[in-house]
Amino acid sequence: MKFKYEIEGGNFSKAGNASSAVKKILKQLNVPPATIKKLVVALYEGEVNVVAHAWNGCIYVDIDPDRIFVTIEDEGPGIPDIGQAMQEGYSTASQAVREMGFGAGMGLSNMKKNADLLNIKSEVGKGTTVEITTLLK
Amino acid sequence: MTVNEIVEGLNLSVFGGKKGLSREVTGGYISDLLSDVMGNASEGDIWATLQTHKNVMAVASLKEVAAVILVKGLIPDEDMLAQSNEEELPVLGTEMETFELAGKLYGLIKK
Repeated sequence: MKFKYEIEGGNFSKAGNASSAVKKILKQLNVPPATIKKLVVALYEGEVNVVAHAWNGCIYVDIDPDRIFVTIEDEGPGIPDIGQAMQEGYSTASQAVREMGFGAGMGLSNMKKNADLLNIKSEVGKGTTVEITTLLK
Repeated sequence: MTVNEIVEGLNLSVFGGKKGLSREVTGGYISDLLSDVMGNASEGDIWATLQTHKNVMAVASLKEVAAVILVKGLIPDEDMLAQSNEEELPVLGTEMETFELAGKLYGLIKK
């Protein structure tokens, strides 16, 4: 089963809508609550990253009996040094975004902690693709 | 303990999400960093913060916290309030500072 959700860069009033929609579907599919909780954390962080940093993006969700595979793809500035971005506390978020309580440099580590597999590819000036795998078996 | 019992016990104001006042509270979490709440709060927590924007509701709803308490007399932005009512997830308020609220909350919930 496959689903696609669009994310608008810069529009914080819609941040979380895609994650919320995915959560509803996972509940309907009777995915175990503990699995949903973990995936939702990773998804929301990914979605907020697109809103905070990129111009636009998409979330693709692919569900089969063994695993949930999520791809968050954006067109945006890209990440020059993924290792540095993964460090807890490191953030390039603007002051305005930080004042909202985002940009504490916890997003990517939250994603890592809550995904069974996390893969990040990025090209500076083009965009970033984050792949999250959650195993169901 | 329900959200309503905490509202009455601490004399909190109810801004929105009145229909959710019967939600069960099983713990508390205090933070103004949304990723911290996302990563560490538990379902059923009552969440105290000074953030008053709509993204608080997105996090509160995704984490299924019982309610949100705004400290220091802060009031929710209009779109935060709208989402609180829509999701029936209460947004409460107090004049207390976070430290005082946290102490009283702990006393109530851990009783």
